[in-house]
Amino acid sequence: MSVQAPLDYIPLTGAKPRGKRPYFFDDPAVERVLAITMAVAQEVAVLRERLDTVERLLEKHGGLTRAEIDAYEPDQASATERAEWSRMYIARVLRIVQQEIEALNASPDNNYDLDAKADELGRT
Amino acid sequence: MSSWPSPPPYSLVGKHGVSPVTSHDDRARFNFLAQLNTHLATNVVPANARAYELKVKPEFEKEHGRAPRDRHEVRRAMLKNSLFQTWSALRRSSMELRQQNGREVVLRQIADLNQRAAALNADSPKLKLDPKFVVPPYIAKVDFHCMPGGYIDELAADDVSAAANYDVGIFATTAGGLGRLNDGAGHALAGWLKKNAPELKPKRILDLGCGMGHSLLPVAQAFPEAEVIAIDVAAPLLRFAHARAKSLDVNNITFIQANAEQVPEPDGSFDLVFTTMFLHETSNTAIKRIINETHRLLRPGGLCLHLEQPQFEGLPPFEQFMRDWDALYNNEPFWTRMHEMDLEALMEAVGFQREKMFVSGAQAVVDETIFGKQKEDVEDYGRKASWHVFGVRK
Ligand SMILES: C[S@@+](CC[C@H](N)C(=O)[O-])C[C@H]1O[C@@H](n2cnc3c(N)ncnc32)[C@H](O)[C@@H]1O
Repeated sequence: MSVQAPLDYIPLTGAKPRGKRPYFFDDPAVERVLAITMAVAQEVAVLRERLDTVERLLEKHGGLTRAEIDAYEPDQASATERAEWSRMYIARVLRIVQQEIEALNASPDNNYDLDAKADELGRT
Repeated sequence: MSSWPSPPPYSLVGKHGVSPVTSHDDRARFNFLAQLNTHLATNVVPANARAYELKVKPEFEKEHGRAPRDRHEVRRAMLKNSLFQTWSALRRSSMELRQQNGREVVLRQIADLNQRAAALNADSPKLKLDPKFVVPPYIAKVDFHCMPGGYIDELAADDVSAAANYDVGIFATTAGGLGRLNDGAGHALAGWLKKNAPELKPKRILDLGCGMGHSLLPVAQAFPEAEVIAIDVAAPLLRFAHARAKSLDVNNITFIQANAEQVPEPDGSFDLVFTTMFLHETSNTAIKRIINETHRLLRPGGLCLHLEQPQFEGLPPFEQFMRDWDALYNNEPFWTRMHEMDLEALMEAVGFQREKMFVSGAQAVVDETIFGKQKEDVEDYGRKASWHVFGVRK
């Protein structure tokens, strides 16, 4: 099928691929919220990277244009700082997943029931 | 010594004549996804094995009095585990974001991209499309790795958008693991040939299912005197592949729209026939015909190589289950079916001799000053940039 120009590409970007979409959580609403959250998470990363570029260019030139921002390519040191920021950022967003993994790997003594522990420690 | 971070920034991805123009935000999106996928592979994937050993398997054993027998039983049990659910939902989400981002970049400039491809392709004797070609249903009806429209949908005349989207986003899925031009598998194959078959001075080379030529170009460049034939069923990919190769000054390849089940070339006319990441995207019936074609097309003494992830045979059920993920949840319907086939028996059935078959390993070869080395210990079950080479001499 051919589409007449100009193409309204925006609805096409998010088109559903053929095949039934798998849902992993017991309640599909959870999956939906997660998918939306991850898109927002991505966009926060995009904003942050852009702001970082603005800051670096301002620092260098004292003024800038939008074209300069779009043409900006980080050097090695800046790329490393940005990557570190990203790693921290993703670790921040996915903190709960990390903590669930830690709980899985932890000894029973790390995963104690607070109330039971208070009883136990209260006697000490 | 300072070095680029891993994954490196998207701005280091190589450009060619049909690369779309990316904005700052486009690149930032791919940077985000490369980081996200690296995080998942490094920190979350390994926890699935822990969850299985510590919780899922003991619970199964308690209920059934035995361990899960196969990957299906592992899957039924793991689907109820909340860590697996979370990781899977995140991985699926990341694939969907990658598709949307790639399509945004490409479809926004579709007219310009198609024009650039058309200019590079104009009147070239090295691009042979067949307007009457019938795409086999196993390609026509599947949106592989969740690409809406798959490899063949055309949104405009002489469209290359499906290919451009694939090309612009591989970086995100592989976190740069395939190198600047996403050709790490091709360099691996070229290196493998130099080391393991130095006597082979191929005059004619055939690549089946060449896609956009990512893995093909390094091989064609390694044998500049050779005549290289590359076939694929998808016109958008072939247009893109030809334009990309031309812009990168690789001129010894002829791209032909044809079905690998029935290659329009004479018997015994190739010294080397190879495929990369191809067999897992064809139907079981087609694979048998394709293996038969490789035998027909090779000259006696010629070499046939297939680059793929390892076969499932002999892997523990848990690992098979993890490797099955893309098949079930990322639109790779033939992935597991192919990885369960007995390739050696298939090759034997069409006339190859068992003594002349071999399996060896190959790792992506990338510019390590920029893209770093794949971490040996990170296993991303089917996504890692290292493969098995399934080979046979005729
Ligand atoms: C995952 S891509 C691999 C592309 C390429 N070999 C690479 O390494 O980048 C698989 C390709 O196989 C092609 N394909 C699948 N079945 C085919 C067939 N029967 N004949 C020719 N090409 C086929 C698809 O169109 C797609 O381009």
